[in-house]
Parts: sequence; structure tokens; C-alpha cells
Amino acid sequence: MNATRRDFLKIGLGASIALVPLPAFAQGSGPRAVVVGGGFAGATCARALRHADPRIVVTLVEANPTFTACPFSNAVITGLRELSAQQFTYERVAADGVTVVRGTATAVDPQGRTVTLADGTRLAYDRLVLGPGIDIRWAALPGYDEPAAAQMPHAWQAGEQTLLLRRQLEAMDDGGLVVISSPANPFRCPPGPYERASLIAHYLKTKKPKSKLIVLDAKDAFSKQRLFQAAWAELYPGLLEWVPLSKGGAVTSVEPATRTLVTDFGRHKANVANVIPPQKAGRIADAAGVADRTGWCPIDPVTFESKLQPRIHVIGDAAIAGAMPKSAFAANSQAKTCAAAVAQLLTGGTPSPPKLINTCYSLVAPDYGISVAGVYQPSANGQLADVPGAGGVSPQDAPRATRAAEAVLAEAWFRTITAEVFG
Amino acid sequence: MRKATAAAIGFLSIAAAAAASAELPAGAASCSGCHPSSARVSSPVPRLTGMDRAAIVKAMQDFRSGQRAGTVMDRIAKGFTDEEVQAIAAWFATQK
Repeated sequence: MNATRRDFLKIGLGASIALVPLPAFAQGSGPRAVVVGGGFAGATCARALRHADPRIVVTLVEANPTFTACPFSNAVITGLRELSAQQFTYERVAADGVTVVRGTATAVDPQGRTVTLADGTRLAYDRLVLGPGIDIRWAALPGYDEPAAAQMPHAWQAGEQTLLLRRQLEAMDDGGLVVISSPANPFRCPPGPYERASLIAHYLKTKKPKSKLIVLDAKDAFSKQRLFQAAWAELYPGLLEWVPLSKGGAVTSVEPATRTLVTDFGRHKANVANVIPPQKAGRIADAAGVADRTGWCPIDPVTFESKLQPRIHVIGDAAIAGAMPKSAFAANSQAKTCAAAVAQLLTGGTPSPPKLINTCYSLVAPDYGISVAGVYQPSANGQLADVPGAGGVSPQDAPRATRAAEAVLAEAWFRTITAEVFG
Repeated sequence: MRKATAAAIGFLSIAAAAAASAELPAGAASCSGCHPSSARVSSPVPRLTGMDRAAIVKAMQDFRSGQRAGTVMDRIAKGFTDEEVQAIAAWFATQK
């Protein structure tokens, strides 16, 4: 449409936002937003775009009919929860007026503004939002390729891998050795490997008490470290051993046939080996030209627009979001912020600087929760930075009642966020 | 001239504030990660939708000052200014 200057002035300041004329779009239709990826980032964003402005035509591209959530999947691995409690469908997303297209996006033409799917379908967009999550960097750890994951599961994308690791733990004899390999930063869910270690230790303590768990780490420090280590000393003494980088923890190669993890200091032959491998942004990010040499996607901290390609926004784990961790809460928070910005940009407005929150709970035992929280805003150097004085972890000296309360809050968080995204 | 400019800026900021009240104030989008939007969700965390504006402001001030103990809200409240809290509270109070 062509809004003349006079039309614009006639509408004037008394008009509500809904009457602001739209910039030029194809006749007879609203601005088109395509969202790729139906996880915490993408599904949230698609719905939030519809809520922000129902004139926006929103298409969500997702390969799977069912989403399987990673948060709480460590409880599935250790038999505390069933995988079905992690699974969600897209009916309610579609009911918000989002066109849900089942398919895999394989190419993006940033100049022509189209997304191509594996079946050849081409979707035109005015703004594209990518929430592709992570992909495994196969063979970045020598020996760890796709067939290796059938022997040494990563279980870092929830689903069949989660169940495989669970079955392996269940099949292991009492007295066995479990080894977890944790990667260097950055990776999805920074406290995740340590929550997993905690819950596996809980499983071993209660079901197979002669067993041992070793965490081989490519880092010397990790999220909520003091809280985890204090809880491990209290709950799992002699059962769980953490080997940091400086003590030879970095795994340099794996041998799947014998479930062996190799470090510069030795070889660990495991009965169950969980390799959490190096990661990168989901592959469509590379195809769209929005991933940099790190494998992740630099973004503008106000709009989440790619710093490499115009009109393409990246949210969730795939984005380089400064101080914000790669968490489901952060993805959801970024998605709503990005949707508000994209709605503004599509309707001729100007996005305002946002403030974002992250809250991440980890279970150290079923009734023992700890958390980290942060508040973030764009900084002068164009990153999302911590708001000084805010955020931090649960108190080190809190009573068990507080830990129990945080375990309850963790489950409530999962119900709340999944209801918002999929319910 | 300077006076006129100042007056114009003043007017614009009022207009901007009026326009902004219709959209989500900074930070508000994140709250529903823990505070349920839907009344059907069972949670010990209160819904903010339709909550009294003054009650939200008081809670945030008390979490920030340490007068009220929180599990995470004490850490989160410290990241927001009085103006931001006022805007967030006003926005939730009008939501249904």
C-alpha cells in the first residue's frame, strides 16, 4: 500500500497503534514473517508475533510433529520421569493463527527473501526468524561421529538419545563405571552436564551403589559450580568425581567400540559413556549465512537481527547473546522480545531497547534444586550484558527447605513455560 | 528557540509514553517464563495478569531492598529501576 504523507498526518497522534499505516507489502495481505524451528525460541516467537499484531501473516516451519523438551530430560534419563512428559504438539500454536508447515528448511535467499524447504516449497518473507537450536559438530571430537552416538549417546537433543542413555544405565551392572564428557564453552544449557551428573549419581546411589561416576571436563569452571560441588560432597561422596581441564579432564578422542574416552592423561573405559560433544547453531543458520566462524550467530541486542544478513533474526541457543546463557528460559524471553521488535519493524515502528531475564533451575537430587538468574540489557558495545548488581545463584548456605522449595519451583517453571509455548 | 525545542521534546515524550503503554514495557515479556499467563497452570508463583498495580510495585521494592525474602525474585528485582517497575506493574494491572 502507499501511505501518502497526507494520509499519515490525517491519522495523527490520536490514532491507536493499530492504525499506523503499514509499509508497502504485497497487495491484499499483511506483512509476512516466517519462523524456522518450533522449539522454545521459534514456537514462542511465532505466537508472540500473532499476539503483537494480528495483521502479520506468520508461518512456522518445523520438521517434527512433536517437540521433545530438553529441560527435565535428565530426570527421564534417570527414571524419575517419562519422556511423554517432555513432549508437546503444535495444535495450540496453529490455533493462534500461525500456519504450521511440517518440513525442513534447507536454504535461504537473503536477497530474494525466500526460504526453501527440503521438498522444494519456497516461502517468501518480509522478516525471517531462525530458532534452529543446536547441531552437533560431528567429528570435532575425534571418533565422535553419528554412528558413535548409538554407542556413546550425547542425549543433548532430547528424544531417542535420552531413552538410549536411560536404557544403558538401566542395563549396567552394579559396580559399573559411568563417564560423562563435558565440552568447552559455549554449549547448550551450561549447568546441564552437572545436573545430569547429579541425577545419575542419585540413580546410582539408590539403585547401583557400588558404581562410580566420573565427569571429564574440558573446563576448569562451570555454572553454579560451588553449589553443585557442595551438594556433591554432601549427597554423593566417593561416588561422583569431577576432573577439570587442569587435572587432565579434556577428552581428546573417543573409541566407540569399547566405550573408551581418551585424555592426555589416560584412558577411561566406561560401561556407560555419555559424550556431550562440541556444538554449533542448527544447520540452517550456516545455510542462511548468519553463522560466523565460531559456528554461532552474532545478533543485534535490541532486535536480534543478524549482524551478517539483513531481515533475518536469530534467537535461542543458536544466537550469540552476550551474557545470556543458552537456556530454554532465555530462548523464550528472547523470542518474545524479538517478536515485539519484528512486529514494530514490519509495521513501520521503532523497537525500544529491551530488558531480558533468565532463570535456570537445576536438580541436584529430586528434592534438591538450585538456581541461577540474570537480568540483561544491550550494552554500549552492542552485546547483551548483565545488569550490574542483579542476578546470581542460590545462596551457598541455604537450608534444605530452600533447596526443596527450588525443586518445586523448577517443576512449576516447566509447567508454566511449556503452557505458554505450546498450551 | 531552545524553549520551543524543550517543549517539543516534552510533548514527544508524553506521546511516546502514551504509545508505549500499549506495548510491552522493557522486561515485562520475560515475567511469564515463571508467572503463568494462564489460570489453568498450577504453580506456587502468582499470576501477574490483572494483579493490583501497587501490590506489584510493593513486592518488587521489598524484594529489591531485602525486606521480603525471595528464592529468585530478590536477585531479579535488583535489575529493575523504579520507573521500569512502575511501567511493568501498570501494564500487568491492565491485562485480562
